Amino acid sequence: MNLHEYQAKAVLDEYGIAIPCGRVVEDADQCAAAAGELGGGPWVVKAQVHAGGRGKAGGVRLCRSIEELTEAARALLGSRLVTYQNAPDGQPVSRLLVEETLPIAHELYLSFTVDRAAERVGIVASSAGGMDIEEVAAREPDRVLRETVHPVVGLMDYQGRNLAFGLGLSGGLVAAFIQLVKALYRVFMDKDLALLEVNPLVVTQDGRLLPLDCKMVVDDNALWRQKPFAAMMDTSQMDPKEAEAHAHHVNYIALDGDIGCMVNGAGLAMATMDLIQLSGGRPANFLDVGGGATADSVAEAFRIILADPKVKAVLINIFGGIVRCDLIAEGIVQAVQKVGVNVPVVVRLEGTNAEQGRALLANSGLAIIAAEDLTDAARQVVAEARR
Amino acid sequence: MSILVDKDTRVICQGFTGKQGTFHSEQAIRYGTRMVGGVTPGKGGQTHLGLPVFDTVRDAVRATGAQASMIYVPAAYAADSILEAAAAGIRVIACITEGIPVRDMINVKAALEDTGARLIGPNCPGVITPGACKIGIMPGFIHQPGKVGIVSRSGTLTYEAVWQTTRLGLGQSTCVGIGGDPIKGMDFIDCLELFEQDAQTEAIVLVGEIGGTAEEAAAEFIRSQVSKPVAAYIAGLTAPKGKRMGHAGAIIAGGKGTAAEKIAALQAAGVRVAESPAAIGEAVVQALACRDRQQP
Repeated sequence: MNLHEYQAKAVLDEYGIAIPCGRVVEDADQCAAAAGELGGGPWVVKAQVHAGGRGKAGGVRLCRSIEELTEAARALLGSRLVTYQNAPDGQPVSRLLVEETLPIAHELYLSFTVDRAAERVGIVASSAGGMDIEEVAAREPDRVLRETVHPVVGLMDYQGRNLAFGLGLSGGLVAAFIQLVKALYRVFMDKDLALLEVNPLVVTQDGRLLPLDCKMVVDDNALWRQKPFAAMMDTSQMDPKEAEAHAHHVNYIALDGDIGCMVNGAGLAMATMDLIQLSGGRPANFLDVGGGATADSVAEAFRIILADPKVKAVLINIFGGIVRCDLIAEGIVQAVQKVGVNVPVVVRLEGTNAEQGRALLANSGLAIIAAEDLTDAARQVVAEARR
Repeated sequence: MSILVDKDTRVICQGFTGKQGTFHSEQAIRYGTRMVGGVTPGKGGQTHLGLPVFDTVRDAVRATGAQASMIYVPAAYAADSILEAAAAGIRVIACITEGIPVRDMINVKAALEDTGARLIGPNCPGVITPGACKIGIMPGFIHQPGKVGIVSRSGTLTYEAVWQTTRLGLGQSTCVGIGGDPIKGMDFIDCLELFEQDAQTEAIVLVGEIGGTAEEAAAEFIRSQVSKPVAAYIAGLTAPKGKRMGHAGAIIAGGKGTAAEKIAALQAAGVRVAESPAAIGEAVVQALACRDRQQP
């Protein structure tokens, strides 16, 4: 789950980490009051969307007067910001963060993620702040510093020193950096984060260290014990179909093809998408109905898939393990009758009671095409979508 | 022979009297697994499915000599259950539970280091040695004792590989579902190492997916350490970047972990990679034929 910048910065504030002074506004008319509270300008106004690349997309603007600030807020609020990272139609802007400007001396990069290979929390730092860290890593690997943290002892001072001196810091900034990186590690662990990225982390001309931007992603599996975050979820930033599926606990991801897919199991669901492409078609979505597919969950999955007007045919691919194929076939028949499916449906059933399942579909009187095997299913659904 | 578990392995279930634990323990018993009891704190002394229930794994191990455990407890308690099993001397721990926070798994992995226990999963179908021992949620009947060792990050995709190798008459030595989480117990290399040493295993199938670099590491291990023919399938060629594809670990992050990179690494290591999920069995047949041509 993604947090907005203003939410992430509020978490940092909770941990006593210095952040730029800022105010959240939801209405352009609130700008004057916000600017007044922040003191003299200029100010920066930042669109709150779940995507990077906001600056280049015009979502971060420097304003020298209250009029300019109000004008910028008016233009941004209610618009959709399109950056190089999000969907072609962008994401809605319903909140802005108005911040003081800082006298920046230089910009650094600092992030915390789960290092899968090390099986520990990994820290990445670079003196090339404000840039795309993957580009820096590719072009100037020497400018990327890394540390991994042992969970028993936590982040040690020496690791902080490795990073601080590696970044070229000196004097009082070294101790300030070590204190900051340890505080951020505490945030990462306490809050069950999957990503904490501060880019840029700025060194000001008056010798302070401040996160100018902050991105946080929370581990979805930990939301049950991170209750405050659940209330911060902003589903307006998600694809509307994905948000709907999420509300029904269905794993769904929208793609841009025309063949809808319903599969049990995430790996098989991905493999089914790949097979459609291999057979000359294009998948419209990823959808995992889960191990215990029932008539209700199949009906819900149909609704989600068919809400996409691009879908010309649907492929259902079920490997019945513990779940019996005859029960799934019944579920499919009921769901097709209930939902009113108006596109061709190709079904491949394999595993437990697959024969009975296929017979049920064949005798249902519905226009369901029972495929012989996986390859046949993909071939048939591609042919149906082209028809 | 087989790897990890066989017909003599004494198995317990943690979360024994719960709905999942009960259902899958019944299935395991029916399959012929040597189930010797289960654990549900507070229900020690009772009998469930004709087997003794214990309050703690320690009690269960003392009374039954259990060597393996399958865990069906909710995600909030799973880390505790894994470490309880390891502390009690359980050798093979299969954790089926899905949705364990990554932070818990980081701690579990660090704590497991000096126990000698092997963890399978979490978020996995478990492990099965066909005809001998089933620990997990996989359907038993699709398996057949045989010569292919299977290791996979995905559940139903494992069943595809199993079913295809069964229908081709190859059968399986042992199948290990290592799970779809970013931080987990045994990885591809741990299983490849065991399959390489196992006399019954003549060929190996590796089923991977997008996310992380475990397949690339496995490719390097295969190139340098594995003499047996290996076939593979990697899911997610059409998966978009930055989206989590169902499994917590299935995400292309920072441009890393694409299916194309993994396939290229495996092919460079001499692995026969199936283009279609329907062609995994055929890829094994080809890999075996290739070996036979090289070693007449």
